[in-house]
Amino acid sequence: MNKNNIMVLLGGILFGFGLAYSGMTKQEIVLSFLQMKDLGLIFVLGGAAAVTFIAINVIAKYLKAPLLGGDFKPRHRPISRNLIIGAVIFGIGWGLSGQCPGSAIASLGTGNLPVILGIAAMFVGAYLWGFLDS
Amino acid sequence: MFPLGIEPYLIGGIIIGIGVSIVYLTTGLHATQSSFFTTTLSWFSKRIHFQKEKNIKERNWRLVLASGLILGALIHTLTLSPTGFWTTSVQLWRLVLGGLLVGFGTRLSRGCTSGHGISGLASRSKTSLYAVLVFMGVAIVTANIVQLLGILP
Repeated sequence: MNKNNIMVLLGGILFGFGLAYSGMTKQEIVLSFLQMKDLGLIFVLGGAAAVTFIAINVIAKYLKAPLLGGDFKPRHRPISRNLIIGAVIFGIGWGLSGQCPGSAIASLGTGNLPVILGIAAMFVGAYLWGFLDS
Repeated sequence: MFPLGIEPYLIGGIIIGIGVSIVYLTTGLHATQSSFFTTTLSWFSKRIHFQKEKNIKERNWRLVLASGLILGALIHTLTLSPTGFWTTSVQLWRLVLGGLLVGFGTRLSRGCTSGHGISGLASRSKTSLYAVLVFMGVAIVTANIVQLLGILP
């Protein structure tokens, strides 16, 4: 494995650990946020975004280039009608199932086997969009 | 508002942020999730959408990232988890239909809770802010409608 992938694996392990630690791997906890019974999810998203904000806007400026080479490029996407329609469709799916891509993938590590079907369905959905877009 | 307290949420979020930051500061890559579906499909589908150079280039590290997520959650399950191995009670049709919409929607929207929600917001992207407000608002409405219809769990 090259050096980049070792760092990606390490970052991924922390990402998955954090998702499990915060309960995001449990669809019931995500749904209890969306039903406004437990607003904790805001702190997960806010905490993760705040730390990453410092990395992108402060530490990266100081480092000038990634430690293993390459360039720093903040993540920007042009706004489009499709992007907003996609967000609506994603929102319906998230609200129906309590699954989003990262939390569903990590959930496999907690032995939550039914989510395999949810992830398989995500692949089908991603394929359908790719089919229409080709 | 916070029946389980704030700490597990905030600490978990900070750990996630450290993971994303380590990847960004060492490699310049954004450790986001939903692209994983598209890049992985590039191994199986010859369609132009999947065979874009970007997808071929990213598919290895995105598979490594997804494996890391599973491994990290497994480590938590075997160490600090108060419940250990755990299975959801949410009905299968909800997981499948919801998953289908999540897969389609996140790819159409070019980002999910991590892409728009963590990396996008941290990049001060206005597009991501709009995306997050839309998918979170729609998800809240949807989850409440499902609850009002008496669909449990």
